[in-house]
Formats: sequence, C-alpha cells, structure tokens
Amino acid sequence: MSLKYESQLREPLVYGNKTYHQVTEDIIRPIEAKPSKLWYIGFYIAVALLLFGVYSIYRDVTYGIGQWNLNKTIGWGWDITNFVWWVGIGHAGTLISAILLLFRQGWRTGVNRAAEAMTIFAVMCAGQFPIWHMGRVWMAFFVMPYPNSRGPLWVNFNSPLLWDVFAISTYFTVSLLFWYSGLIPDLATVRDRAKTKLRKHLYGISSFGWTGSTKHWQRHESLSLVLAGLSTPLVLSVHTIVSFDFATSVIPGWHTTIFPPYFVAGAVFSGFAMVQSLMVIVRKVFGMEDYITMGHIEAMNKVIVLTGSIVGIAYLTELFMGWYSQSKYEGYTFWYSRANLFSPYGWSYWGMMACNVISPQIFWSRKMRRNLFVTFFMSVLVNVGMWFERFVIIVTSLYRDYLPSSWSVYYSPSVWEIGFYLGSFGLFFTCFFLFAKYMPVIAVAEIKYVLKISGESYKDDMANIEVKEAGEFAHEYAH
Amino acid sequence: MSKKKFVVGCFDTEDTLFPAVKKVRTAGYKIQDVYTPFAVHGLDGALGMRETSLHTAGFIYGITGTTTAISCISWIFTKDWPLDIGGKPHFALPAWIPIMFELTVLFAAVGMVLTFCYICQIAPFVKKHHFHPRATDDLFVMVIECTDKTNTQEAEAFLQSAGAIETKTEIAEEGWWIGRYDRDEVPFGEKIAVA
Repeated sequence: MSLKYESQLREPLVYGNKTYHQVTEDIIRPIEAKPSKLWYIGFYIAVALLLFGVYSIYRDVTYGIGQWNLNKTIGWGWDITNFVWWVGIGHAGTLISAILLLFRQGWRTGVNRAAEAMTIFAVMCAGQFPIWHMGRVWMAFFVMPYPNSRGPLWVNFNSPLLWDVFAISTYFTVSLLFWYSGLIPDLATVRDRAKTKLRKHLYGISSFGWTGSTKHWQRHESLSLVLAGLSTPLVLSVHTIVSFDFATSVIPGWHTTIFPPYFVAGAVFSGFAMVQSLMVIVRKVFGMEDYITMGHIEAMNKVIVLTGSIVGIAYLTELFMGWYSQSKYEGYTFWYSRANLFSPYGWSYWGMMACNVISPQIFWSRKMRRNLFVTFFMSVLVNVGMWFERFVIIVTSLYRDYLPSSWSVYYSPSVWEIGFYLGSFGLFFTCFFLFAKYMPVIAVAEIKYVLKISGESYKDDMANIEVKEAGEFAHEYAH
Repeated sequence: MSKKKFVVGCFDTEDTLFPAVKKVRTAGYKIQDVYTPFAVHGLDGALGMRETSLHTAGFIYGITGTTTAISCISWIFTKDWPLDIGGKPHFALPAWIPIMFELTVLFAAVGMVLTFCYICQIAPFVKKHHFHPRATDDLFVMVIECTDKTNTQEAEAFLQSAGAIETKTEIAEEGWWIGRYDRDEVPFGEKIAVA
C-alpha cells in the first residue's frame, strides 16, 4: 500500500464507514420510495407558480409586451434583469462540475450532479426572458443564421446580442450533454435495482444499455475530462458575453471594461448561493448528511465570501472610476443615480451593497460558515442582492440618459411582469423537484470512487499508519 | 452477433480484483471485459487496453467548429451580403471571436458525445447482456471468454482461488440488440422454448 500523507484536519468527504452497496442504497432509496408529503406540497406550489407564469406569458403574447410597465426610456426592466440573474445562477453548476474537476477538488462529487441539474434548469429559465421579450415570439427563429428568402438577410455577427444567442444555446447544450453523460452510469444502477416493470423499462431506455465495461469507463473518464476542459472557458465566456451586451454600448454605467470579470465573479457568487439553498434543503429532505457534509457547506461558503469580495471590489472600482474619469455622465450615474441613497433608485444600490458585499463578510468566521441556518439565510440574501445588482445596472443607467426630456423615474413592474418572474421560479422548481424524485441527486459512481480515497473508513485506516514514528517504519521495513 | 460461452467471476473489492486480473492474464485466459460500478483507475492498463483516442476526435471536431464559424461568417459578411456598419471593415475578425469560440466548443462537445455513444454502442432502447445485476452496484465482474480449449470448471475454480466470491458459466450474446429491460426477449428472433 502506498502512503499518502494528508493533513489530519482534512475531514473525510463521506461520513459513516460506508460500503459500496450502502452508498447505492442511501442515494437511490429516495427514488424508489414514494414521495413525501413535503415533496408534494413543494411540487404543487412550483406547478402553480409555473401555471401563473404561463398565463402571464399568454397575456404578453396576446396583448404585446406593453403588458409590462416598460417604457421608451426604461426598455430593459425586470425582464432582462431576470435573464442575467438566472444565467448567473447557472454558472455555479459548471464551475463545480468542470473547474473543480480540473482542480482535482474531491469535495465536488457530493454536490456536482445536483448543481449541474440546477445549471440546466437555470439556463432554461434564463432563455425564456429574451425569447418572450421579442414580443412577436413566432419570429424568434430570425435570430438563427440561415439562408432565407429575405435577401438573404443575415443576422449581425458583430452584435453582442447575437453572440448571446450562440453563447447561451451552446452553454445549454454542453451543460446538458455533460450532465447526462455523467448520469448514464447512475441511471444504470437504478435500472438494475428496479423492481417494477415500468421502472425497468424507463430506466432501461434512459441508461442507454450501460454495462460498466472497463473500456467504456475509460472513454467515459476521457469524455468527462475533455468536456470539463471545454466547459471551463465556456462558462467564463458565457457571462463575459452577457456582460458585453452592456459593455459594448455607450450608456454611462455600462461601457466599462471591468464588466466581464465582474459579471463572472457575480455569476459564481449567486450560483453558489443558489446551490447552497438547494443543498441545505436536499440533504435534510433526503437524509444525505453523510454525503453533503458540513465540509461541503463550508467549502461553498468560502467560495461565496471570496466571490462576494471580488464583486465588492468591482463596485468600489466602478465608483472610483466614476470620479477619476472626470466624465460628467459617469459621475452622475455612479454618484447620483446609484450611490446616493436619496435618489429615486438609491435604495436598490444600497440593498445590493448590503446583501452582496457587507453581509457575506460574516463567513470569515468558521463558526458561521458551518452554521446551517446562517448559511441558508445568507444564500437567499445573496441571491436577492444579486438580483438588485442586475436591476441597478440596467435600470439606474437607463432611467436618466443623455437627454433629460426622455428621463423617466417611476418605473414599477406590472403584475404580469412579476408573474413571468414567478413563473420562471415555477419552471425551475418543477424541474428540480422532478429531478430530485426521479434521478440520483448525488453522483453515485463518483462517490464510490471518492469513498475509496477519502471516505471515513479509509481515513481511519490511514490514521494508524500516519501516527507511527518514522523509526517504527524503518523497523518494519527491515524485515 | 453471436452467442459465446463465458466464465464469470465476481469480486467484491479492487484489492482482490487487481491481483486476480494479473493471475488470470498470466494463466493465459482471455478476459472479455471487467464490469465495474465505477471507474477503477489503472484497471484499463492492467487489462492491457490502449489509451482511448476520444480526445483526439474531440480536437478534430473542435477545429471543425472553428473553421465552420470563420468560413461561414467571413463569406456572409464579405461576399454574400457585405453590410456597411458605420464604415467599419467587412472582415471584422475580432468581433467574430466569440462565435468562433462558441462553435468550437459546441462542435467538440456534441461530436465527442455522439462518438462516445457510437464507439461504446450505447443508445436509448439498446439492450445488452448483463452478466451480473450487481455490476452497477458493488461487484467487480470479470468475464472470461471461453475458447475450445477452456475447461469451464477449471476456470471457475481458478477464479475462486484468485478471490472471486461468486462464479458461474454462461452462454450469452456479446453484441447489442434493440430491446426492453422489462422483458426477457431473445435477440434476433431466436426463440428458446420456456418450460
């Protein structure tokens, strides 16, 4: 046996001396059992929200997006705010599954499957907003470049809005492939345990006839690694391109070069917060405390405090540049429209500051990082803050532009605008509830692999060897 | 597509599996495959498999994507419909980098996954013979392909001595067929009378 020295302080990734079979049992049992009352309540609420969203969209399509309280000045309001917010949330899943895989962070295995699922559902929600924002949604296919009878009149490849089309659709496709290819072996595990005919049939279809052959595993590993390598720059590019939607314009407060890194950090920040919210619930509801441990929660809180601080620095840099550039318009936007609490939208700026920059600093304390209640509360707060951030960027830059005659202050959303947003929550949670019920929320095969090198039983075995004196080793090898 | 005879040995840990693989190969048996519940690192090497070239395929798909993007966009913007955007150059390469990058990733990912499914012969509705249902749970299932010379009892005894906790001899279809997992249909219409 080879010796692997590891700090005694590093906690095991899986608690409670599990065997491989126990891992299978623990993770797959919730799929085989009848859903709990709590699940039904949550699911019905989600479906109700979804239906309300569908009705809101029905009205938007029938009567036009005049249903929303947008006006000529504030042409991007809740809708694009929600789009950017959801895309940002999606980023954590790819970060956990791809970037942490490349960095060989073992703890990702506990949360990666659910986080990837979250990514897919969040991107689905995000995609709704620009699509329905088009108004005449039946012409949405005009954004695709294809030879057409209008010239052919092509799309503008120099426009960041078109880059977005490519970025978001690629991101969705690649995330879906990454997630599903990882899921195939686990679905095969569910299939082989299935008792009823229907389950055998359905999981048989969805597991693609996976056998677990060594050659297949070898290719699967290669595939995961390359997809991770591809997803890493992809995830950075997606939010970079989203930030280009703003940064390439000439609106004060938007055309700043800091946007790409600032948006990416913000995306990771809000995404991790969403993963925290979901994981705290999932581990409780499905009894996954041995797999999603306090170590996982703490590691994610560390990412939150790091990215929150990066975002904070970005805010301060913007304020500094608003003054240092000596541009009247920049100065007005940053120091009057935003940082002045008593300006019409000052509340949103300070709400953002409080939620995103000030409150996450609580996570410098280890005790707070490992407190479930604080974690959950903070995760919700961060997402509220990140929603404010996008609202601040979009609305406070638009409502007072270069032409005072077109200034508009009293922008408040209509019920259908809010309904659309609630509907996206409905879509997200409906998908997530179905996923949590019918698919393994934790990557079973990957946990089995981690169990061997970082499970509690392995750590216990290693501890005996590690505490031995060096002299004792020499003595043993002498024979 | 043909039926073959196999000797199956099940192991419960990798610690016994690895030496067993070595012994079985040294003894001159032909290991058809080892079915494992998760990716056992180093097992492919122990079985004498070569490295997969899937990543090379990924690279080729990737550059196909890049080429597709640059050639399509430059043809559209310089030849087919040169749009005058504020008098800026028609061949605006820096502005095309985002789309070139996205298509590179898209082509590489989609191409690799399809290739993966093709070379592993996995797809919805595809069914294969599974030597042990616990191969996706907690057993490492080594399958030895029998030749004319193989004595199955001897092989089973050999596997047991190498640490297998369960052994059996099976005649099974090696390839895949279209089938359902809730039914025990026989591939390719060869019906076997059930008593």
